[in-house]
Amino acid sequence: MRRIKILEEKFFVILSAFMTYSLIAVLAFIILVIFVKGFNALSLDMILKTPKGGYYYGGEGGVLNAIMGSLYIAIGATLIAIFIGMPAALYINVQLVRYRRTQNTIRYFLDALWGIPSIVYGAFGFTLMLFFGMNASLLAGIITVALLISPIMVRTFDEVLSTIPRGLHEASLALGSTRTETAFRVMFKQGFSGFITAVLLSFGRGIGDAASVLFTAGYTDNVPVNLDEPAATLPLAIFFQLGSPIPEVRERAFASAVILTVIILALSLGARYISKRYSKTNLK
Amino acid sequence: MQLKRVLLDKINGFWMVTSLATILCLPLIIGTGLYLKAAPLFDQQSFMSLVFSSNWAPSKGEFGFWPFIAGSLYVTLLSFLFTAPVCLLAAIYLTQFSSKQLIRVMHPVIDVLAGLPSVIYGVWGILIIVPFVSDYVAPIFGTTSSGYSTLAGGIVLAVMCIPYILNMLIEVFNTVPSGLKEAALSMGATRWESVKHVVIRGNFPGIISAYGLGIAKAFGETIAVMMVVGNVVKVSGNPLHAAYPLPALIANNYGEMLSIPMYDAALMFAAFLLLIIILAFNLIFRYLIHKTKRQ
Repeated sequence: MRRIKILEEKFFVILSAFMTYSLIAVLAFIILVIFVKGFNALSLDMILKTPKGGYYYGGEGGVLNAIMGSLYIAIGATLIAIFIGMPAALYINVQLVRYRRTQNTIRYFLDALWGIPSIVYGAFGFTLMLFFGMNASLLAGIITVALLISPIMVRTFDEVLSTIPRGLHEASLALGSTRTETAFRVMFKQGFSGFITAVLLSFGRGIGDAASVLFTAGYTDNVPVNLDEPAATLPLAIFFQLGSPIPEVRERAFASAVILTVIILALSLGARYISKRYSKTNLK
Repeated sequence: MQLKRVLLDKINGFWMVTSLATILCLPLIIGTGLYLKAAPLFDQQSFMSLVFSSNWAPSKGEFGFWPFIAGSLYVTLLSFLFTAPVCLLAAIYLTQFSSKQLIRVMHPVIDVLAGLPSVIYGVWGILIIVPFVSDYVAPIFGTTSSGYSTLAGGIVLAVMCIPYILNMLIEVFNTVPSGLKEAALSMGATRWESVKHVVIRGNFPGIISAYGLGIAKAFGETIAVMMVVGNVVKVSGNPLHAAYPLPALIANNYGEMLSIPMYDAALMFAAFLLLIIILAFNLIFRYLIHKTKRQ
């Protein structure tokens, strides 16, 4: 009996260890496949040039239009998300600090919001666009992505703010500061690492999301100059080039995938490093 | 000076409340917007026939969403079968047995897996999973398949959902008070037994909710699935055949939806359906998780 128990334990520990390590293997495998496949077609031209005539038949050019379009959309959307997300997160943790129940209810709704798929945001952005009589444009893309990433921004920032000790908050109020001053001079400073993480996370989500910009941002071979021009995005560039029957173009899709992966990896690891660095000086 | 500070406080308070209210009202606004767009469809067909009819002929004005809903359900179910055991075991290992060092390594691994855009998963699926299904899996069953199939979609979705479910499971398992486990151990249980009877049984609602949320996420995933699933309008029980999930329908047809009458209403109805299903899943299972956390 005892032997069987020990055997059972051994079996499950080894099995679960195997599952855990296989996750690392899967990640390494995905990244390796993307890099190996994309490396051949990757060149400076890919990054620095917009598509020239005949690009989609294997001609010269690169995906600069998509890189810039993605950056514009992600930066614009992140700015809007900061504008409405940061005060919202501060409000939950400063004004509502005495109302535990309300706080939890709000967090509950925000979590649920996080789960809404980006295609729904895309479809909504499209109806919004029709409503205002706009065409597919940089502005429409920015607004849609901003809606998509705001809940993420609020929730990530809030997660860090909620760990700040009550005493700090009370001390600030006791010294006679208004709640606004408490929010921005004390809470914001203490939660700065969380703020940076939230910004980078939302930015990464914004740059990588395809379904929401599919309807709203359109596609173009030029780098957009105005807000009312359509904009290409990197995920869509990958998607469209992959649909081509010409091998060179498909190769370029893989190269574009490398570019996107590198951006995401840099953002994700950068967020980790920065949040560690800035939380060192925090009061505990 | 004092007046200025108070005034600033008032203005800022207004800004904060407005932003929070805007974000919280978002699902309501999205829902109404999509519903209004889809409303003309309800004059022609009843809700039930929209959802359960299989007649899909947009040019004739017939919109039966059943093939797409079935496709979505099937892909989601398959992915769930793959993810569920992996996530449960990995979460148990990470919270109960693993060394501190492994946990330190796993955190960025999970983060990066969760952060990779779905297009990247789609590219990986086309490069690896699709040929794998057509070259290795199909011959085993003695059939041929192009590889662009429900099975491929299920596998890609499974990998995408792992970090999401795993994160929640880890959070759930970390709430188990160590006293409970120690009590089990001191009664002579092996470590695995304490995991089985205390950690798993005690967190049953938490585990179910993590799975439920994972399913909701899989249900709404668009680009990666659409790239590998084949997109053929037909209900088929064979996982080696192509399917056509609901999100893929919306994403594939946005170009022509303004040229066929009622087509845009139909697609907005699909988006509305997705929103309702996923929001309901999220509200129910998030509620369970919040409840278990507070205990």
